[in-house]
Amino acid sequence: MKTEETQEITCKVNGERITRLVPVRQHLVDFLRMDLQLTGSHIGCEHGVCGACSVRVDGKVVRGCLMLAVQADGQNIVTIEGLTDSGEVADLQAEFVERNALQCGYCTPGQLMTAAELLAEGEISTREEIRTFMSGNYCRCTGYHAIVDAIETTMKRREEASRAPRPAKGKA
Amino acid sequence: MKAPKFSYVRAESVEHACKLLAEHGDEARILAGGQSLIPTLNMRLSRPALLIDINRLEHLAGAIFNGKEVRVGTLTRHADVMLSHMVAKYLPLVAEAIPHVAHVAVRNRGTFGGSVALADPAAEMPACLLALGGRLVLQSVRGTREVAAEDYFHGLYQTARAPDEMLIEALIPPQTSDERSSFKELSRRHGDFAVAGVAARARVKSGTISNVRLVYFGSEVKPTLAKTAMAAAEGKIWNDATAEAVSTALASDLDPMDNLLGKPATKLHWQRVLTQRALDDITSKAKAA
Ligand SMILES: Cc1cc2nc3c(=O)[nH]c(=O)nc-3n(C[C@H](O)[C@H](O)[C@H](O)COP(=O)(O)OP(=O)(O)OC[C@H]3O[C@@H](n4cnc5c(N)ncnc54)[C@H](O)[C@@H]3O)c2cc1C
Ligand code: FES
Ligand code: FES
Repeated sequence: MKTEETQEITCKVNGERITRLVPVRQHLVDFLRMDLQLTGSHIGCEHGVCGACSVRVDGKVVRGCLMLAVQADGQNIVTIEGLTDSGEVADLQAEFVERNALQCGYCTPGQLMTAAELLAEGEISTREEIRTFMSGNYCRCTGYHAIVDAIETTMKRREEASRAPRPAKGKA
Repeated sequence: MKAPKFSYVRAESVEHACKLLAEHGDEARILAGGQSLIPTLNMRLSRPALLIDINRLEHLAGAIFNGKEVRVGTLTRHADVMLSHMVAKYLPLVAEAIPHVAHVAVRNRGTFGGSVALADPAAEMPACLLALGGRLVLQSVRGTREVAAEDYFHGLYQTARAPDEMLIEALIPPQTSDERSSFKELSRRHGDFAVAGVAARARVKSGTISNVRLVYFGSEVKPTLAKTAMAAAEGKIWNDATAEAVSTALASDLDPMDNLLGKPATKLHWQRVLTQRALDDITSKAKAA
């Protein structure tokens, strides 16, 4: 039988530089969950269909189950733990809670990772556009409406906040 | 499930990758975006002994217009095709088709060349390549050669690429300003593989269509040029009678697969509906211009 081949990788995970020896056949989510105990990224289908494993690699959301850990060498990885700590989507997360956009919560980290990419574009999307953008993330509980509501509301709030007149600086 | 054991090498150059392909032949696989290869490993549908990762060969990524054709490097990610000004300007058919390819996270990694190398019958990019009369550049230790899209797609996941060859780029002639194109597909969920689809282009002059090119995918084992239907449309005014003739002709061009996604007769019907929509779209785009 073929032996288990391993390679050393060095990458940044949630801002922290780490070096580990990984089996070359291990995918990124297993590495994050089992070696780094970052269990926020979930595994649903392991073949790219459900989106539960979504993580950010060098600024882009990808399927963690369709990338090998060894390919993460030299790259910058952000998981739901890091995204949460950064506060980047604190408003979206509050909106998810407010609207019951999660029930069992299994899909939620993936939903947030994907929605974060849409929100980062900084534009207002229609509900249809939001649905299209989120189409790669399955949710078996919510029926999606609440998820779309939460994203749409966050988008509008951010837009309003950016247009609100800023308080005058310094003395009049 | 978990992938079976394999060896992994990060290619340092195209020559390095070709050398490994020459040494290992069919036992080796190029790892591009991994969006089709890794699922088959995770499900243990394939067991290559060696993966040759080309992701660091950055010069293989990007779409540029060289004055004659658009060169799309094999490693150009679907997401970058979607954002490319070159594609938007010179290849409107591809620009219209690319949002149908998968979902954002898959597009961020999946590559143009990976899609062409794989030749999934439902994939959008192979159909566009055939509709646009593109060519593919293949390299091996034996040398470099070009294959026209028409000679490249052989059958279900079968192409002209030999096991020791690596796909380098696609060369695609730009669409001319007097032609219009349209891309229509039917899938169960946005971003899923199409069950039926057409990539269409034609010149339109005062309602008459010419240089018609219709390529069907999803229903067939490979992207298929519908020569009889094209002939039925050529030089005609796009009206109900032409639509009827094209629809009838299509039956002799297509041989839809019989599978869980539908019966051949159902798929032929879908393709007819999509043809009508595509040519309606082409003629209305011409009117609007
Ligand atoms: C959920 C999901 C939905 C999808 N939906 C669609 C869709 O709607 N439409 C669509 O077209 N695709 C879809 N895909 C597939 C996706 O587009 C893939 O990215 C693409 O088919 C393969 O590209 P890749 O770069 O990921 O290739 P890989 O998976 O890395 O490789 C695929 C095959 O091509 C070979 N290969 C890759 N590059 C080369 C090269 N340069 N030279 C020689 N051989 C090479 C590999 O060895 C392998 O056999 C979907 C994928 C997923 C997971
Ligand atoms: S676990 Fe990765 S997409 Fe389902
Ligand atoms: S909340 Fe249960 S799967 Fe989405």
